[in-house]
Amino acid sequence: MPQDLSLDTVEELAHARVQDCYQCGKCSAGCPIVERMDNLPNQLLRLLQLGRIERAAASAAIWECVSCMTCTTRCPKAVDCAGLLDALRQLSIEHGFASPAQRRTILFQRAFLDNIRRNGRLAELELVRQFKMQGFLDDLSVPQLFKDALLGPQLLRRRKLHLRPRRVKDRKLVGRIFARCQANGEKP
Amino acid sequence: MEIGYYPGCALHGSSNDYEMSVRACLAALGVRLRELDDWICCGATAAHSLNHKLAVALPARNLGLAERDGMEELLAPCPMCSMQLMKARRLLFANDALQQEISAIVELDVRGTTQVCNLIQIFQQVGYERIQQAATQQLGEFRPACYYGCLLTRPPGVVQFDDCEHPQSMESLLSELGAAPVEWNYKTECCGAGMTMANEATVLELGHRILSNAAAHGANCLVVACPMCHVNLDMKQAAINQRYSAEHDMVVYYLSDLVGLALGLAPAALGIPRHFVVRK
Repeated sequence: MPQDLSLDTVEELAHARVQDCYQCGKCSAGCPIVERMDNLPNQLLRLLQLGRIERAAASAAIWECVSCMTCTTRCPKAVDCAGLLDALRQLSIEHGFASPAQRRTILFQRAFLDNIRRNGRLAELELVRQFKMQGFLDDLSVPQLFKDALLGPQLLRRRKLHLRPRRVKDRKLVGRIFARCQANGEKP
Repeated sequence: MEIGYYPGCALHGSSNDYEMSVRACLAALGVRLRELDDWICCGATAAHSLNHKLAVALPARNLGLAERDGMEELLAPCPMCSMQLMKARRLLFANDALQQEISAIVELDVRGTTQVCNLIQIFQQVGYERIQQAATQQLGEFRPACYYGCLLTRPPGVVQFDDCEHPQSMESLLSELGAAPVEWNYKTECCGAGMTMANEATVLELGHRILSNAAAHGANCLVVACPMCHVNLDMKQAAINQRYSAEHDMVVYYLSDLVGLALGLAPAALGIPRHFVVRK
């Protein structure tokens, strides 16, 4: 069940209050990828203030954000703008607004967490394999599938690739931690 | 001096040149690293984005291990790890109910008593003056652009380190060792961090801007203290050149590389020849 597209949901997910924002625009002025955004960070905040949650969550801009936290750091009213975009991404996925290209960010993060659940620590090769396969099944893009293939040998030559990653001893414990954190309905 | 050590996944993975550099450099300064037994991943951006409880529990398990083993301080040379550990520690400290809930989840009593620090803070503890006295080589040929990226100074309320708009800690250290750090504009701009795989176009654009600004201000190398910054600016430099028809030829050092060189260590002992961009 997707969560409600309401301001309450957004604020609860982000632990932030959008009414605190007085539209000074400092978040947008410092954002490193602002020229890629259809709605600038302060405009996203304004949409939320006006209750236009769906328009904010369906905005392409939220998928350009790199979570550098410059906006949050500089906000004179201490609004966690980066956290709000995090919440909007979560809602966008749940309501199916995100395109395949946009979904890649989330696919990567899901593959990452799944990897940690199984190994306790990141097994990089396995992550790349899983992310590439899932991405391919999602958008059927062959260039994307083989994009980084040439890096493999270069990493191997520099002894930067581990064919057998060092996993944690107590992997069952890691599984239990994941199970308990997911018990309250938050999806991995 | 002995200190707890949390390598994190990157330093045990493709950024093992960073671990080599940190270990060699700190050993030369007489700092012994005691690796945290059976540490687990901090969850990085993924846990933070997808499951808020996990984002506290994963770092908290590591804090609990450090407390159990009596570590007063824990070094995490990756700023993503150190920020996540510091954030969890702060949350547990402020909220008794959360502290009890998370302790039950991770099967260890976690109180948040172990201090977490980044690599620069270890150098500060050793003392810049002491490092300078131990140095055998002058770094006069280096004009580094010191690059802090996002997580060494952000969010300032969590990491409480240096000035989040105009940090100076790396410049001060390298100046002591004879280097001539340049003033430039992009020291706290983002390189795209963990987006390397999922959103490469953004990473290449941000990297191109950072490298261009460093060169325009007369830098002959970049200095970082983050494995992700190194991947995006060193490993991806060829891809940046291709995308933007640029000719960046900027060596990217870890901070411990330059300190190690000043201490008289060989480049190979610091893993420098294993970078993608190397000095001709």
